[in-house]
Amino acid sequence: MLPSVKRLRNAGVLGLNERNSELIMRLNPRRFFPRVDDKVLTKKLAIEAGMAVPELYGVIDNQGDVRKFAQIVEGRESFVIKPAQGSGGDGIIVIASRTRRRRDSFRTAGGLLITQEELEHHISNIVSGQYSLSGGKDAALIEYCVQFDPLFEQVSYQGVPDIRVIVYRGYPIMAMVRLPTRSSDGKANLHQGAVGVGIDMSTGVTLKGVLGNDVVDEHPDTGASIAGLRIPQWDFILQSSARALEVTGLGYVGVDMVIDRNLGPLILEMNARPGLNIQIANGVGLAGRVARIDEIYNAGDDTATRARISRREFTADRQESLPLGDVAA
Amino acid sequence: MTKNTVWVLAAILTVVGTLMFLYKWLVLGFPLYEKQEIPAWTVETTIRFDSGPGSIKVNLQIPNLTPGFGKLDHYSVSKNFGFGVNYAGGGREAQWTVRRADGQQTLYYRIVVYEDKGSQQSDTTPPFPIPPLINEPLRTAVEVLVAEVREHSADPASFTAELLRLINNPSPNSNIELILADARSSADLVQTMTTILAFARIPARMIRGLVLQEQQRDVTPVPWLEIHDGDRWRYFNPTSGDEGLPENYLIWWRGSDPLIQVEGGSNVVVSFAAQKNYLDAMAIAEKRAEIEQSPLFDFSLYSLPIQTQSVYSVILMIPIGALIMVLMRNVVGVDAFGTFMPVLIALAFRETQLFWGMVLFVLLVAMGLSIRFLLERLRLLLVPRLASVLIVVVLLMMLVSILSHKLGMETGLSVALFPMVIIAMTIERMSVVWEERGPGEAMRAGVGSLVVAIVAYLAMDVNWLEHLIFAFPELLLLVLASVILLGRYTGYRFTELGRFKAMGRD
Repeated sequence: MLPSVKRLRNAGVLGLNERNSELIMRLNPRRFFPRVDDKVLTKKLAIEAGMAVPELYGVIDNQGDVRKFAQIVEGRESFVIKPAQGSGGDGIIVIASRTRRRRDSFRTAGGLLITQEELEHHISNIVSGQYSLSGGKDAALIEYCVQFDPLFEQVSYQGVPDIRVIVYRGYPIMAMVRLPTRSSDGKANLHQGAVGVGIDMSTGVTLKGVLGNDVVDEHPDTGASIAGLRIPQWDFILQSSARALEVTGLGYVGVDMVIDRNLGPLILEMNARPGLNIQIANGVGLAGRVARIDEIYNAGDDTATRARISRREFTADRQESLPLGDVAA
Repeated sequence: MTKNTVWVLAAILTVVGTLMFLYKWLVLGFPLYEKQEIPAWTVETTIRFDSGPGSIKVNLQIPNLTPGFGKLDHYSVSKNFGFGVNYAGGGREAQWTVRRADGQQTLYYRIVVYEDKGSQQSDTTPPFPIPPLINEPLRTAVEVLVAEVREHSADPASFTAELLRLINNPSPNSNIELILADARSSADLVQTMTTILAFARIPARMIRGLVLQEQQRDVTPVPWLEIHDGDRWRYFNPTSGDEGLPENYLIWWRGSDPLIQVEGGSNVVVSFAAQKNYLDAMAIAEKRAEIEQSPLFDFSLYSLPIQTQSVYSVILMIPIGALIMVLMRNVVGVDAFGTFMPVLIALAFRETQLFWGMVLFVLLVAMGLSIRFLLERLRLLLVPRLASVLIVVVLLMMLVSILSHKLGMETGLSVALFPMVIIAMTIERMSVVWEERGPGEAMRAGVGSLVVAIVAYLAMDVNWLEHLIFAFPELLLLVLASVILLGRYTGYRFTELGRFKAMGRD
């Protein structure tokens, strides 16, 4: 039985058409898109703004440099290869370790063995633009592989769980944790089967999860409960994300962060077209929160103030967000 | 503000499109349906006479205002004669002139008319007639008759009907006998009627016309009575008194003037012949636009060479496909590859027919996809890999065509240049999604593309729609207006109702 349009409206659910025309087209000038679509540029801007990011080992931006790959990863046990202009986590390979048996073989986060030759082929595909949004020339980034915080050990199937914060006009309005699963192949992408878990903005404590379009409260692979986890350095995360407005110039942006065991929260990437499943994970529509920010918007607020306002305004009503009937069988 | 601009723009497009459409449909008579045929007649007037010694001038009455008919064309066939058309008292006259001619002369005048029920073509309102001078004892007879008829009637129309009833009475009274003493033909009778009506101050005149049938030789003009009731002209059957014109009655001329006047000739014989045929409504509209000197026709697609026209009849359907695409993507929310890939697939279906198109498409994409995965193992670079897929698709299509020919199915042969490129592109797009987002997503988008393509194909394959868009390309402005409005649609997509169903519960 499908819900009525009116009911979704009342729940403040933001639809794709409305997101595209009322938020992205209105608040995100196209000329700023490269700041988030090109991860090399994003990283540079984030560093300039004093945000913490994973260390960049090297960039390969032409076919001739593909053979420098071995040199770049020389002496690195783990690293991540990603296309600079990729979207939705496409084309990312996470190397967790080198194998003992053969010198030029690597092990992915998913546990698969992969040879240096195969990795070079992948990099070559990235450079020729297979994962690029525009289909043109692209570059491959090789960067630090985040050693994720033990907090999420029980609720992740390999890969790195990340935290997505939606920032509207500089105010973080909604957040979720994305947990990799077996079917997402270690990637923290909801489209590929990762679990999204809503977060109480005021406390940084996880609520319930969404898998595909369904509500879940256990991790599908580990069976551990995904609700009630307290995310460390929550205030730092909110303040870092709030800064995305100044860094990118985009009024509606998704900030993806990871928590490193040693380095704390790091900004992985930013997204000018963040998805809408975050609403299901939080059980709250984005439209209502967008409207609330429009009411109290003050151009003079600095990042710390904006983070504080978010914590004050968007407290999860626990009774409503975890109704008994919503527990998936 | 943008929202208003969008509405204004859409409104302007809609109004302009609709007005142009209505003008072409109602005024120029562009047909709404394909192969609409309209009955038309070619009427030929043959004039024969012996020429005299001097210069010759021939005046022939020709149709001017023709209720129930539209005039398509007229021309004259005559040797050595100068030909012209003048407006005269009874309507229009064709005039032939020559300085001198020898022996018997034959002149032809042909007019092509088509049925046009909507054509009223009423003449202007005439002044009240001056009462004619009638000599005694006829004058008294007419006065008595008019007084009697006036007694039994209320207005010009009923007066005429009553008059005709009395006149046509099989046993007329003495007054009527006197009045009709000189009327030998029905034309004389109608002429007498107009005199009596003029006496009663009712504008009236005789009209003569041809009752057109399938094929006729030697048609004689039938006289009819036309009166003006102060508001419009009305027609009466002079022998029965019934109002109205006969079926397919082409009014040739009005008034009591003779059909033909020949100066400098003798033994004049005029005969009419008519031939019915059917004309394409489009051709008639074309002619009519030419007569009205409407620029809309000069700049219509019908002015292009036939081959270009047939290309455009396909191209003009693409906007319909695009509209379907917009609806399916933004209102229904179907996942599909690329923005317009499904429309292109639908175009490819046009060349193969739907069922075989689908079979071929699924078959080729499946085979191409498996080959691509084989190629993937070779670690080829992107562009060489795409090229390899393309070459394999060409070979596969060749095989399909040969096999289907051997099996006696000709459909496989119609796989043309265009579908091939589209299939190669689809295979590449699908394999990238397959690899990166998993088979589920790839299949979903693949099926989505196919569904959108089928819906777009079905819409683009409606012959009537194709004709309509081709005859009235301005309707595309309406399509544009709806696409622009849909561009501001911020409501939910249908599939989002399912996606967010968890949030619709309370």
